[in-house]
Amino acid sequence: MTKRAGMEIAFAAAEAVALCKPDVVAAYPITPNTHIPEHLSDIVADGRIDAEFICVESEHSALSACCGASATGARTFTATSSQGLLFMGEVMPIVSAMRLPVVMAIGNRALSAPINIWNDHSDIMSQRDMGWISIFASNGQEVVDMAIQAFKIAEHREVLLPLNINLDGFQLTHMVEPILFPDQAEVDRFLPEYKPYATLHPDKVLSMGTLGMPEIFTEAMKAKDVALINSKKIILQVWKEWEEQFGRMYEPIEAYKTEGADMLLLTMGSMGDTAEVAIDELRKRKVSAGLLRLKLWRPFPIEELRNAVKGAKVLAVMDRAVSFGGSAAPVGAEIRAALYGEPDRPLIINEIIGLGGRDVTVGDFIQIVEKAAQAEKEKPEEAYEIYGVRGS
Amino acid sequence: MADKQWPETWQEFNLGGMVFSPGNACEYHTGSWRDQRPVLDTSKCIKCGICYIFCPEGCISQDADGYFVADLDYCKGCGICAHECWPGAITMVEGG
Repeated sequence: MTKRAGMEIAFAAAEAVALCKPDVVAAYPITPNTHIPEHLSDIVADGRIDAEFICVESEHSALSACCGASATGARTFTATSSQGLLFMGEVMPIVSAMRLPVVMAIGNRALSAPINIWNDHSDIMSQRDMGWISIFASNGQEVVDMAIQAFKIAEHREVLLPLNINLDGFQLTHMVEPILFPDQAEVDRFLPEYKPYATLHPDKVLSMGTLGMPEIFTEAMKAKDVALINSKKIILQVWKEWEEQFGRMYEPIEAYKTEGADMLLLTMGSMGDTAEVAIDELRKRKVSAGLLRLKLWRPFPIEELRNAVKGAKVLAVMDRAVSFGGSAAPVGAEIRAALYGEPDRPLIINEIIGLGGRDVTVGDFIQIVEKAAQAEKEKPEEAYEIYGVRGS
Repeated sequence: MADKQWPETWQEFNLGGMVFSPGNACEYHTGSWRDQRPVLDTSKCIKCGICYIFCPEGCISQDADGYFVADLDYCKGCGICAHECWPGAITMVEGG
């Protein structure tokens, strides 16, 4: 039976992972981490799941431990944030290249300096090209659902890639929301036992993580790229299965009131829910605006994006990170590139917003839609702007 | 060129680069990296084996006459044997 409970989302994420019965959880327990591993360590200590909780000395060790455990065929999970994710950085591309389905929750937080523990997306953007599947949640329910979907996607024989679920630090990790939890039997029905492709075992000798000479490295990178691109098919399939069993629909890009809209906002993460309220307000004022919530960041849903923006005049892309000295912020640049070849593409404006925990309000989105309307007439010179920065 | 063939296409690349046949590193002949090779002057060699001890590749072994000689399939031409050979019996010469 599905149970409805009010719970802090970080705790809820841990509960969802526990329903997936991981074999190994490795995490560095203090800041910048969240309650996710803390609560999982309680669950393991209480004997609710039969897992090994490895309390390691650093995030580098946390992901290394997951990498090794996954290579032996264990279902593994870890969580981190901010600079902790950077410290995992050395191991990130190794896990994906070795095709190990480690699942990680990232409570997205700003990168220092100045020291800041609050939310933005600069942590995950620094790890964008590590070959992981990267999914963004907008609210607590999505975090729980995605955590359970994650193992099924990552461990699928046609995927075998690590996956990170991104949930905004504080805005989601520390928020209490009413959440529907499936029971153990429902999760067991949805999520099959992990059957690894190959495992490190003394009885059957094989090598993982071997040397790749120049003669083979290019082909290795092509194989890795194709694996990530092809994972989209399975992601969509698993989301469909989820919808059939639990009734909640997941799409790479979720459209809200976009039919016939002249102006579109595009968001990732928790600000999508705020933007939804802004769209309702704008629609009341007869402003032709809609919202696209991008949930699947890697592999990037190019076709879905092209279809989603058809007919729109202006697309305002929100970014929660800066690509210092770049042509635009990460999401803005990605979307410009993806739409460049489209004959009828909308004008794109790129707004960097909500850095280091600064509030993103309904009023901000209303202003951004006004900017978008202005941009259509005046064609702005700047490729992007840092919204609301004092002194501009 | 090394004798060992690698997958011709990316499609043939093993999942995750896994290697299922242990011990096959010896099929890759690292001697192809060499641009200098060690030449032993048997008139100076005292068969002490210090070259054998220091060779980082482990490619030096003793022949039937008791001389220590490098296996050129694997010798990378680093020159450590020549450097360590105190009787001066080993000389590095140009050309693999």
